[in-house]
Amino acid sequence: MANKIPARASKAASVAAAVNSSIYKGSNTKAEIQGMAFRLVLLSALGIALIMIFSIVAWAVVEGGARVNPGLFLNNPSSFRPEQAGYRPAILGTVQLITGVIVVIVPLGIGAATYLELFADRTRWYNRVVELNIQNLAGVPSIVFGILGLAFIVRGVFDLGFVVAAGSATIAILVLPTVILASREAIRAVPSSLLDGALALGATRWQAVWKMVLPSAAPGMLTGVILAVARAIGEAAPLLLVGAATFVTFDPNFWSDGYSALPVMIYSYAGRPQAEFHTLAAAGVLVMLVVLFFINSIAVWLRARFERTW
Amino acid sequence: MSSSIRGARSGYDSNSLRAPSPRYGEKIIIGLLFGAAAVSVAVTVGIVISLFAPLPQFFAQVSIVEFLTGQLWAPSFINPSFGIQPLVAGTLQVVFYALIVGIPLGLGAAIYLSEYASVRVRKIIKPVLEVLEGLPTVATGLFAVFWFKPLIQELTPWLEWTSPFSIGVAGITVGIIIIPLIASVSDDAMRAVPVALREGAYALGANKMRVAIKVVVPAAISGIVASFVLGASRAVGETMIVLLVAGGGSPQLKIGFTEPAGAMTAFIASRATGEIAVGTIDYYTIFAVGALLFLMTLTMNMIAIRFVNKFREVYD
Repeated sequence: MANKIPARASKAASVAAAVNSSIYKGSNTKAEIQGMAFRLVLLSALGIALIMIFSIVAWAVVEGGARVNPGLFLNNPSSFRPEQAGYRPAILGTVQLITGVIVVIVPLGIGAATYLELFADRTRWYNRVVELNIQNLAGVPSIVFGILGLAFIVRGVFDLGFVVAAGSATIAILVLPTVILASREAIRAVPSSLLDGALALGATRWQAVWKMVLPSAAPGMLTGVILAVARAIGEAAPLLLVGAATFVTFDPNFWSDGYSALPVMIYSYAGRPQAEFHTLAAAGVLVMLVVLFFINSIAVWLRARFERTW
Repeated sequence: MSSSIRGARSGYDSNSLRAPSPRYGEKIIIGLLFGAAAVSVAVTVGIVISLFAPLPQFFAQVSIVEFLTGQLWAPSFINPSFGIQPLVAGTLQVVFYALIVGIPLGLGAAIYLSEYASVRVRKIIKPVLEVLEGLPTVATGLFAVFWFKPLIQELTPWLEWTSPFSIGVAGITVGIIIIPLIASVSDDAMRAVPVALREGAYALGANKMRVAIKVVVPAAISGIVASFVLGASRAVGETMIVLLVAGGGSPQLKIGFTEPAGAMTAFIASRATGEIAVGTIDYYTIFAVGALLFLMTLTMNMIAIRFVNKFREVYD
């Protein structure tokens, strides 16, 4: 009796399975096919995005790869000899521009994020205004920042003229919300017990923030700054308005007239009718993509190296 | 006892909870930090002033009715005309094509990320998607001009491809680059949907696809709508791709996939590239168009923020 039960049970189970499959088989497979098709559709959405990235890189490599040579970096631009034209002033302009951007966004971005996360009293109206304002600023089109730069920095209040400093300030303002949002995220990832512990031991709020919270949030903040720099390098539209579109064949100076930047120079080369200039533009894009790849790799490495789970 | 403590640190009242020193330095530091946060407000004020202050001069010469309803945009003609409708039509066409491409693909990517992908796959796909968003738009635009447009032209021989520019191709390209934005905002919204809702549906016999479409998407709808609005706002503001692929602008109002058309952003960029004298009506057009652009994106962003906050309230 005792040994018969398992046999009966397994028989019952197999019968149940058979009945089950005969009743539900049709609908099941239909649903399964539907489900698989659905999954395929979803994957193709991701696939299209990936193909786009791959195609853009492929375009730059195929069209511009052969044009990458020392002259591309060292030569001045030329409007009639595309074979010998290069990006020298544009590259120098971008390097100066980005240096200026970093100098502005590190203190302002991290300072603002520290204030908003650790000092601001949310019940005060002015803190809420700042908060909402940063959210909105992140969505303002980049070209509008160009208009701001033109009206306030190039002319108007600061009256710098069409110089690298003006471009630098414009781009810095443009990427500032990115830095603030990333830094806030980094601060929020630090557990409040760190702050509370320091405060309990008698540290003042600033001491606790400076010695405990900020060091722990530093890698995340640095990643945010790096990503903002990556964005700043590729930004062309606002620079068109603040003077980077000028045709220059001399090395730029941070404070005095005339400069260009890499993405703007690429744009102006691409607008010329001769095919050689299009190759030159593609080579410029390739250079820019390689630089961005390195910068993003640093960010990824930083994130992996210093990521902590609390 | 208490006097010996007091003796260790003269002037310190151990019975008081007040800090032993006023620490003015820290107050200054906190003031500076607040200043850093306030810079962003100053920037917004600066944007508003720089856009709207020149408007009286512009509208002194152009009637606001002509500006908003005119159908010819020719600010530098001998007989200039300032009807902004062609530019608005260009921008709206870009948004239209961008959303046709961006909404299904972005939402599809989001559903996959939130419902199907394992943690490991997510960790790889999300940063890769962000790469697409982070690519310089000059690069994307040039790719679209030299490879993507010819490809679409090959695939659609029945369309009339007469111009080197095409608003439709510009819109599709913008649509592809807003996939990551739509995907990440929608993904956030869908992941905020409680697991219990999904489990309830599974218990009733729904399969994964039904759960995703009939339970998770409706539950996260406010966040998903926000992602669409943000995508549209991004498409309105996109400059370089539109400028490169659709051209700087044509004075007439044109509607059609293969037509060249100027969008508002592209007009501003192309106008600024040339030399224009300060104080001319030509110069003021930049600010008039910029102001309208700013108002459009501001409205959209406010709507999106509203929607995002709504889904946070529901499930937090």
